[in-house]
Amino acid sequence: MTPVFECSHITKHYGAKAALSDINLTLEPGRIVGLLGPNGSGKTTLIKLAAGLLTPTSGTLTICGETIGPLTKSKVSYLPDKDYLSGWMSVSQVIDLFHDFYENFDRNKAYEMLNRLQIDPGQKLKTLSKGNREKVILILTMSRSADLYLLDEPIGGVDPAARDYILQTILTNYNENGTILISTHLISDVERILDEAVFLKNGTVSIHSAVDDIRNQYQKSVDELFREVFAC
Amino acid sequence: MPWNFDPGRPIYSQLLEMIRLQIVSGRYAPGEKLPSVRDLASEAAVNPNTMQRALTELERTGLIYAQRTSGRYVTEDSALIASAKRTIAREKTGVFLQEMKQLGYGPEQVTEIINTIDSSENADQDVSDLDAEKK
Repeated sequence: MTPVFECSHITKHYGAKAALSDINLTLEPGRIVGLLGPNGSGKTTLIKLAAGLLTPTSGTLTICGETIGPLTKSKVSYLPDKDYLSGWMSVSQVIDLFHDFYENFDRNKAYEMLNRLQIDPGQKLKTLSKGNREKVILILTMSRSADLYLLDEPIGGVDPAARDYILQTILTNYNENGTILISTHLISDVERILDEAVFLKNGTVSIHSAVDDIRNQYQKSVDELFREVFAC
Repeated sequence: MPWNFDPGRPIYSQLLEMIRLQIVSGRYAPGEKLPSVRDLASEAAVNPNTMQRALTELERTGLIYAQRTSGRYVTEDSALIASAKRTIAREKTGVFLQEMKQLGYGPEQVTEIINTIDSSENADQDVSDLDAEKK
């Protein structure tokens, strides 16, 4: 099977500073992968490279065997780490925008999730709370039928009860052959839904392993291992 | 309600134990069809691949079997279920005796303590535990 995401010897410099150095990473279809690392370890840079927003300084990166370009953007559903939608738009207007923009966007699915999370589609984005705006953005991202979902810090501002619900939403709504790469600091919350964990340390991959293998090998949870590996 | 897991052990083996417990305690009756992998994963709030692995491992014990097209069923072999139940009981008793040993009690003294506990009170406890399990 062609990997959904494959990068070999990826290096990215911002001026003199190396954000990523010599990254090799392959992700198979149908997996949920946690991209974990302390602040400044290169998580967002890696995700932006996959989304096609940045170009690597050196190395190659493919999505479903294709080099990054307009075609791969249709296969990738990306949730940025920043709020990027216009505040004057209502939720239903943004849904229309996504529907016009992306062929693989399922409008019914979006409304169904809004309904279950009790968000009024008529509300303007700027009047929503931070947590509710994050929920809307996640709904928009997950309502596309993509091969690769890139979620950069998706649930930071969401309360714990809604977080559980959102993780359920991710589990029940992602396309079964799709792969989700999720960057987060809330490891203990997402650990149980992950297949694999990737630890980024100073721009390099320090661990890439199945979650249950980590638990087996180290006799501790991924959250505990993270706290140990990245202890200050 | 998501199921709870110990941090230091693989999730799939804990899922296996939880489902095995539900079988030997009769929540899933002999011959009963199990929910789909997706539904079980959603109930436990875990990754479907992890649930899949737990069920595959459980199949190896013979407690459940897969029917090619229609899903997974609990075995009808009640002797096998009874023996699995006994194995669990032995394991748990072993752990308990180990803890008692740390307190300085040997098996005879533990038996004595068990006998001093009001057996009827204990029986009530068991029934309410089972009810809670079913909910």
